[in-house]
Amino acid sequence: MNYVPLSYWDLLLAAALLIINGGISWAFRLGLERSIAIAAARMVVQLSLIGIVLKFIFAQSSPGWTIVFALVMVVAAGVEIVARLNHRIAAWPLMGLSSSTLLFVGTFVTVFGVGFVVSPDPWYAPRYILPILGMILGNTMTAIALVLESLSEATHRDRAAVEARLSLGAHRFEALSGPLRSALRTGLTPMLNSMATTGIVALPGMMTGQIIAGADPVGAAKYQVMIMFLIAGATALGSLLAAAGGVLLLTDERHRLRLPPGFPTNENARV
Amino acid sequence: MLRVEQLQVGGLKPLTFEVADGECLAVQGASGAGKTLLLRALADLDPASGRVVLDGQERSEAPAHEWRRRIRYCAAEPAWWSDAPRGCLPAPVPKTKLDRMLRSLDLNPALLDRPVALLSTGERQRLALVRALLDEPKVLLLDEPTGGLDPQSTALVEELIKFQLLSGRSVVLVSHDEAQVERLSHARLVLSKEKPAAEAGASAAL
Repeated sequence: MNYVPLSYWDLLLAAALLIINGGISWAFRLGLERSIAIAAARMVVQLSLIGIVLKFIFAQSSPGWTIVFALVMVVAAGVEIVARLNHRIAAWPLMGLSSSTLLFVGTFVTVFGVGFVVSPDPWYAPRYILPILGMILGNTMTAIALVLESLSEATHRDRAAVEARLSLGAHRFEALSGPLRSALRTGLTPMLNSMATTGIVALPGMMTGQIIAGADPVGAAKYQVMIMFLIAGATALGSLLAAAGGVLLLTDERHRLRLPPGFPTNENARV
Repeated sequence: MLRVEQLQVGGLKPLTFEVADGECLAVQGASGAGKTLLLRALADLDPASGRVVLDGQERSEAPAHEWRRRIRYCAAEPAWWSDAPRGCLPAPVPKTKLDRMLRSLDLNPALLDRPVALLSTGERQRLALVRALLDEPKVLLLDEPTGGLDPQSTALVEELIKFQLLSGRSVVLVSHDEAQVERLSHARLVLSKEKPAAEAGASAAL
């Protein structure tokens, strides 16, 4: 593989473009300077660390380290979902639902994709498993967050209608079918959009990476097609599980809405 | 027979009362006294400690959706989840029965297919009442059933409630209309906020 390695000086040069972000924030008094600096710093630190950690794990090439790292990714994605959502669902049950959904979907789709489709040797080769798992988790995480946000938002907004259905003797899944449908649609749409436009408007990151690393563009495209299918399946499965789990978290065993009368706050949220 | 024992609603002291078959209990009290909360607790829409027993069966012994099929809560402001009221009816009902009930409240069956947004407040209110009665619940919890209605429609709704009572159903009625309570109810329950024991104890300790 032949590509031009980047020096730290090159990175500093690229970072100079952030001056545009800072300039906009300053000119329009958006107050985003701090957030821009923190986000950029996080990005640099996280990516540097991941480079070092992956180098170590690739050197070990043991299934144990691969699994440990995969679990760390799952938990980090779960924490991110909790942080992204409004506080209509209590944090711990939400963390449990998000992480278990990510773990199941990530394992299922990655094992399917790497084990049966790519079939590298050995099957647990971390340089296949971890990047693919990462892409699956990243997209599934976004889908789960969108689904749960939409579900809790719609349930809160349509509370009167949901409770009217419950009053008429509906099961919680029937009563919440409206919010459930709109949540699933919200979760599935981004992947549909990206499948429809990929390759025209934007070259996907992995394909670009392979091409820069010197891979044959047709081979890189094939990999990208496979990844898109894996992501499509993963986001669909993740959306479904998150939506079903979300209905259970928003209601209790007597099929009552947990949204308390008045405003949902952490103190009076019933868990 | 609906029997309520030591039901804890809002900040009220525990409530104990009975409503026999064919009887109407009027619930009265100032705004915010907990009338709606009481109806919601009876329908098991909000958690509330205490016993609610219908014909010998306790609330918690019945699956929640079965319970709400027998004890029907009718909110003061009806909600809809479909463009037209027809989409918001419970499971398929015989057309003749549906038409008969609609006509008894002076509603044209064609209204079922009009967009809900184009119906008047009174039409929505009466349609919601028909919707609540179709599967013949045992107990009706009516929150201001004639709130948005003109005198003529009010009279029709009262006739319907009386008919339900004659057929052996029980009614718990929240109404601000004193004359209506006089006409319909057999007993009254007046709710008033009293300082709950726990709170009184806490302030005494301070």
